Amino acid sequence: MSGKPKLYYFNGRGRMESIRWLLAAAGVEFEECFLETKDDLTKLRKDGSLLFQQVPMVEIDGMKMVQSRAIGNYIAMKYNLYGKDLKERALIDMYVEAVIDLNELLMTHPFQPADKKEQHFATIVDKATNRYFPVYEKVLKDHGQDFLVGNQFSRADVQLLETLLMAEECKPDILAKFPLLQSFKARISNIPTVKKFLQPGSQRKPPLQEKDVPKLMKIFH
Amino acid sequence: MAGKPKLHYTNGRGKMESIRWLLAAAGVEFEEEFIETKEDLEKLRNDGSLLFQQVPMVEIDGMKMVQTRAILSYIAAKYNLYGKDLKERAWIDMYVEGTTDLMGMIMYLPFQPADTKEKNLALIIERVTTRYFPVYEKALKDHGHDYLVGNKLSWADIHLLEAILMAEECKPDILSAFPLLQAFKGRTSNIPTIKKFLQPGSQRKPPADEKFVAIVRKIFNI
Repeated sequence: MSGKPKLYYFNGRGRMESIRWLLAAAGVEFEECFLETKDDLTKLRKDGSLLFQQVPMVEIDGMKMVQSRAIGNYIAMKYNLYGKDLKERALIDMYVEAVIDLNELLMTHPFQPADKKEQHFATIVDKATNRYFPVYEKVLKDHGQDFLVGNQFSRADVQLLETLLMAEECKPDILAKFPLLQSFKARISNIPTVKKFLQPGSQRKPPLQEKDVPKLMKIFH
Repeated sequence: MAGKPKLHYTNGRGKMESIRWLLAAAGVEFEEEFIETKEDLEKLRNDGSLLFQQVPMVEIDGMKMVQTRAILSYIAAKYNLYGKDLKERAWIDMYVEGTTDLMGMIMYLPFQPADTKEKNLALIIERVTTRYFPVYEKALKDHGHDYLVGNKLSWADIHLLEAILMAEECKPDILSAFPLLQAFKGRTSNIPTIKKFLQPGSQRKPPADEKFVAIVRKIFNI
């Protein structure tokens, strides 16, 4: 029993990536067990390892945790990335939930049917640049601090950075109108644990390629 | 300043209903301001009241909170419905995420195209009876307590009761294979604050009907 958290998912970003980011940012080493075939998933289900028959699943502190939000909450609390009181937690939760919404759009893009892709892309760009990014830009502008909440590094900063980078993969100049988000991105990327995670050879996963979609559909359908 | 939380949403269940349940179960009185037209929504947006231009929004403790889960977590923590430590919170979170997924399926049913309704309903019933309810039945069986986590009423119990009642609206005998959930339902419904919320005249909202679906479609452009 290594004591390190063990992540069960397929070898790609999906709903596990935010958890990888959070653990890495907290400086926590973790192991991964990749599902490669439908049989791998079936085996985990039959084992009784998956509370609701779904992954992500993370073995941590004697629990087999499921549900990405529950896992994220636990890690954030345990490693002091969740603010100092209830009100800071409220802000962090609001910021993180919105980022999750944007991530959902980004994540589902490769799965869109060909005839819907262009419109979906337009929706992503519209929501990112008109609904979400202006909020975080304003938050940073209003308090002038380095971090989103409580002048302290938190889960909100980690998840926002993750999303900014994913959005840039979609459209490289998507931060053009957001100077504070650009400097935020540089600053948070330079935090040693985060910097390490951003380097080649880390456990960060690459974006999903179209060619990988059929294999994924096979495992989960 | 009333001091009471103020809920901004349409006059129906949607994503606000779980928040109404939690406040009611915690014995917290709240006010509601209903969005009836597109203009009402635009006004809230133009006011700068909606951080991400979306509802639910709840005015509480000097904040204009948005994002359903953020609001629910805040209320649960504030009113001691979130367990006594990190591990109990982990379990509450896992259980609540399960019931959120379950209720989410049921919530979207009236908005599905008519020709897919039957198939979707069948899928919901299958998921409820094979994926979700067995988990909660087993949790109650394994520890033999009245409540899901830590032998004490928590957000997980309130959310599960809400989900059970919603599932029964879909299929009245849906609990037939789950004796412990039936007992749980009876017990939890009798908690005074919850019993009050279940009575006619409370702020609990009815299931979505065609009229409500039309209003929602108009206001939110869906």
